[in-house]
Amino acid sequence: MGAQKKGATARVSEDPEELARNPLQAILLADSFATTFRPITLERPKVLLPLVNIPMIDYTLAWLESAGVEEVFVFCCAHSKQVIDYLESSQWSSQPNFSVATIESHNSISAGDALRLIYERNVIHGDFVLISGDTVSNMLLTQALQEHKERKKKDANAIMTMVVKQSKPSPITQQSRLGTDELFMAINPVTKQLLCYEDKAEYSKGFISLDKTLIADNPSIILHNDKQDCYIDICSQEVLSLFTDNFDYQHLRRHFVKGLLVDDIMGYKIFTHEIHSSYAARIDNFRSYDTISKDIIQRWTYPSVPDVLCGSTAIKVERQGTYRASDVTLSRSAHVGSFTFIGQGTKIGNDTKISHSVVGEGCTIGSNVTIEGSYIWNNVTIEDGCQLRHAIVCDGVIMKSGAVLQPGVILSFKVVVGQQFVVPAYSKVSLLQQPTQQDSDEELEYADSTSGTGELQSEKLNGDIAPDLSETASELGTGGVGYIWSVFEGVQDEEWRHSVAPIPTDKLVKLMLDEDEEQLTQDGNVLSASGELKADSDDNGSEDENNEDSRDDYVFFEKEVEATFLRAVHENVKVDHAVLEVNALRLSYNMASVDCAGAIFYSMMKLAVESPHSSASELHKNAAEMITKWQKLLKSFLHDIDEEIEVILKFEEMCLESAKEFAALFPQVLHLLYDKEILQEDAILRWADEKEGADESDKVFLKRSEKFIQWLKEAEEEDDDD
Amino acid sequence: MPDTQALVNDFISKLKKRKIEGSQATAKQTAELLRSVISQTRVPYTNQAAALIQSVKAVGERLIAANPVELAVGNVVRRVLHIIREEDLSLTTAAMAGLNLSAVSDDEDDADRDNQPVLSAAAIAAASRSTLRPPSLQTLLEDVPDSAAIPHTSSSGGDSEGKSKSADKSSRSRKLKHDVIEAVNELIQDISTCHEQIAEQAVEHIHQNEVILTLGSSRTVLEFLCAAKEKKRSFRVFVSEGAPRYQGHLLAKELVTRGLQTTLITDSAVFAMISRVNMVIVGAHAVMANGGVIAPVGVNMVALAAQKHAVPFVVLAGSHKLCPLYPHHPEVLLNELRSPSELLDFGEFSDCLDFGSGIGAPLLHVVNPTFDYVQPKLVSLFITDTGGHNPSYIGEMYRLFVVSARGEGMNFKSEIMRTNCIAEGNFFGKLEDRKSRFL
Repeated sequence: MGAQKKGATARVSEDPEELARNPLQAILLADSFATTFRPITLERPKVLLPLVNIPMIDYTLAWLESAGVEEVFVFCCAHSKQVIDYLESSQWSSQPNFSVATIESHNSISAGDALRLIYERNVIHGDFVLISGDTVSNMLLTQALQEHKERKKKDANAIMTMVVKQSKPSPITQQSRLGTDELFMAINPVTKQLLCYEDKAEYSKGFISLDKTLIADNPSIILHNDKQDCYIDICSQEVLSLFTDNFDYQHLRRHFVKGLLVDDIMGYKIFTHEIHSSYAARIDNFRSYDTISKDIIQRWTYPSVPDVLCGSTAIKVERQGTYRASDVTLSRSAHVGSFTFIGQGTKIGNDTKISHSVVGEGCTIGSNVTIEGSYIWNNVTIEDGCQLRHAIVCDGVIMKSGAVLQPGVILSFKVVVGQQFVVPAYSKVSLLQQPTQQDSDEELEYADSTSGTGELQSEKLNGDIAPDLSETASELGTGGVGYIWSVFEGVQDEEWRHSVAPIPTDKLVKLMLDEDEEQLTQDGNVLSASGELKADSDDNGSEDENNEDSRDDYVFFEKEVEATFLRAVHENVKVDHAVLEVNALRLSYNMASVDCAGAIFYSMMKLAVESPHSSASELHKNAAEMITKWQKLLKSFLHDIDEEIEVILKFEEMCLESAKEFAALFPQVLHLLYDKEILQEDAILRWADEKEGADESDKVFLKRSEKFIQWLKEAEEEDDDD
Repeated sequence: MPDTQALVNDFISKLKKRKIEGSQATAKQTAELLRSVISQTRVPYTNQAAALIQSVKAVGERLIAANPVELAVGNVVRRVLHIIREEDLSLTTAAMAGLNLSAVSDDEDDADRDNQPVLSAAAIAAASRSTLRPPSLQTLLEDVPDSAAIPHTSSSGGDSEGKSKSADKSSRSRKLKHDVIEAVNELIQDISTCHEQIAEQAVEHIHQNEVILTLGSSRTVLEFLCAAKEKKRSFRVFVSEGAPRYQGHLLAKELVTRGLQTTLITDSAVFAMISRVNMVIVGAHAVMANGGVIAPVGVNMVALAAQKHAVPFVVLAGSHKLCPLYPHHPEVLLNELRSPSELLDFGEFSDCLDFGSGIGAPLLHVVNPTFDYVQPKLVSLFITDTGGHNPSYIGEMYRLFVVSARGEGMNFKSEIMRTNCIAEGNFFGKLEDRKSRFL
């Protein structure tokens, strides 16, 4: 007791110094505010998912502790109760000189909200480390912290230091080894100031723009594409207040970092700290889960490796990077290959082959099973003859004999796969049904499992899921339990990018070919086929064919044009201004004027259809009015015949798809356009000629407007006669 | 209690995170920690020794589990346990001697003693000696026959101690704790001065104009070489750099500042240079019971080179590095694999480690072991703080020290040690050979 008292008084005497030197604090976001780990994250928060058999958050906390952080605020949102319960029962609640406090919130939907809430709590008193709970690192913080503090002393505007690490992106897939998009960073090599931060979403337009003033201010700028963002930030207090001031900041990188870099009104600066020998990476998607697991097994994260973290008596490292717990029951004929982790109490049967995989605790694996590059969590039962390749299998899953998982499959908690059933590649299977709301990408990103999941969760907790499952049992073969989630359209093609499975060779070959093709077309227009209208008109056209992205771009562009047009109509904007606006859009989306014409015409006709009308003649009148009123706008984008033909094609397309009501009026409208001198007769005749050779089904409108064309031809002849 | 608990936890987490470098620092800190554990342990009126042993054991087991590769921790724990038993024994026998003299003794005690009258006498003699001079490894080594007898009496001593109801118990209990702490202090002293004691012997081994080769960096080696230099010996040192941590560079720098003629070579040049070398002197991580050495990676190669050219291979080791375990014992973790980033730059090789393309499995495997195992037959001489020893004598030293500590056994199975093991050196050599190639 006496000694304790002494300690206490000693501490008091030290206090003034202590106060001057604020204890290092950290904010740990125990929610990724993303949906990349669905369906698993519907039932368990991402930070508690096992990474080589240890929950991710343990790696992060272990690092924070060894880096000298004394106070950690864990912000939990989705499944906050699970996180809090886990932390309370874990070793972290009883560490000396390392306190872990939780901050709970149920209505935060982004990192921005989280930081605003923490600012309100007023718990951060100095520089802090901002990290998310799925980061693995072994870097030393002292140097980075020192640099940050010195910079801060010299320049009060240096509010953030971002940790980066070299990592080359793949030249073929344009993504890093962690499955994240290629990242461009412009850094001043002397001051290490970050000047530009662009990830793929932004540079899909094909170029990055650097402000000229940047070059004026910085004598040299190095543009990197081989830097990986480690998502470890050392921030000053101002960062929190900035988030509060700018309540629209949601995403740490997309809004906050970009915001600071682009609006230099505030004058705040971000710096980078590059680490070389140490390791840091964040688990963003299934691919990075795979990559980081392998890095851990290969000991890049030492001392954050399983045998050290779990008290080394329990787990031993053997030849070829095989980790084995002490009480594994292994059949004599079973073969455990290299870079494999086998957890406690797991039983493995005869002739089973396991390689490059992680098998958790208490699993039962039968005979003749093949497991390759897979992650099997705890208490999983795999019966005889199953085959698993590059899959993630969560707690409590049962695979009946002979079941097969193709690459990239995710089996969520307690799913049962029926006998001999083959789960197709990249499918995600869960006991919970897929949430039906199909938010736009952006919203989905932020509105993680808070609302939807909470309900699902409680539903699940309430007990019987079995009744509603009985009807869908067949989805996973006889005796199977679970739903196979369907993949959103458009995402499907991209699934291989972020999956645990390696990228199939055919995809790589295709990507490589695409690239070559693109280069060819750009180099010498080799592929711009003469017969095709689009290809003729512009280089962009042929790229459209190849490049999914620019196809998407066109859709966006069309929407933008439509919005602009509607505004012009409703607010009575002058035609000249509308032309300027559309032109600006054209430049920013890198489109040709032919696209503008198509888009404008499309918007006009759409508006005509949408405005009230009772009969076909009224619709015709609407269209006529519209065309009369806005003919100048349209004409300013119609410079040659090709563009006019594009308009006709567009109209034809509309009549087939979005505005079928016009189908009957096709010749009339065509005539109208001709009357208003929007379309020249040459254009119409050329269109007719082209269509002549087309399929019967394509000629529907040609036939309808036969009379009109006939008339045109005759008129032409008459002209000739004159 | 909470204070020590916090200290223990702190030390464990440091051990776990591999934050304590070097076996000397580890040994010293372990001893200091155990000292505070002992001083904080409340001893009951009866059987104080058992209470102390229990608390030290409990802490010791956790410490060993925290980093089994750091064998010095286990060594120190065993030494402290040994000290407690010794002190207890000496106190008991002293009391018994008093009882015998005054001829007032319980019947049971009499019966006990009657069983082994000769041994008891010997024990009393040993104990009276040890009260004059607290026992240490040194005493044990000097008094070979007596120490062998001590364990036999420990049971009778314990019994009689439990049953005797003498009035001076409270003073005795205080005395036991006090004595133990004194002895642990001495142990700490021993550990921190072992460099000097080893270095004192330097002039006997290093001769004028010799060429000495060493690998990596060891403080013991540094002190040893400098001690010889201070005694006006002039000699040259070849330092092998000790990849991948290149601590040899640091050693070379240090030697140069002390005025020694130093040559720095790469590890791969050892075989080329060995023919010019008169003696190899290296430090050790641990010395096993059979005389095998666990040393920084690369030392085995140096030892083989030395053997090839009949160059004496000398290992310097403080007594805290002597470990009573055999290297082929399954509980002994011989090695630790560190991060590959010490070998190569992650950024440069990141494209080789892209698991997204190819078969999804790493084709590149970087192995970075920390230690080498050197067979006893390759070692010419051990120099410890108790003097120079032949490898086979290490086992002998251990037998003396460990057998006495065996009494209540700390579940260190390999404490069962037979001298004939050493005679079977060849057989074990093969086993170890196989084990050292475990990568």
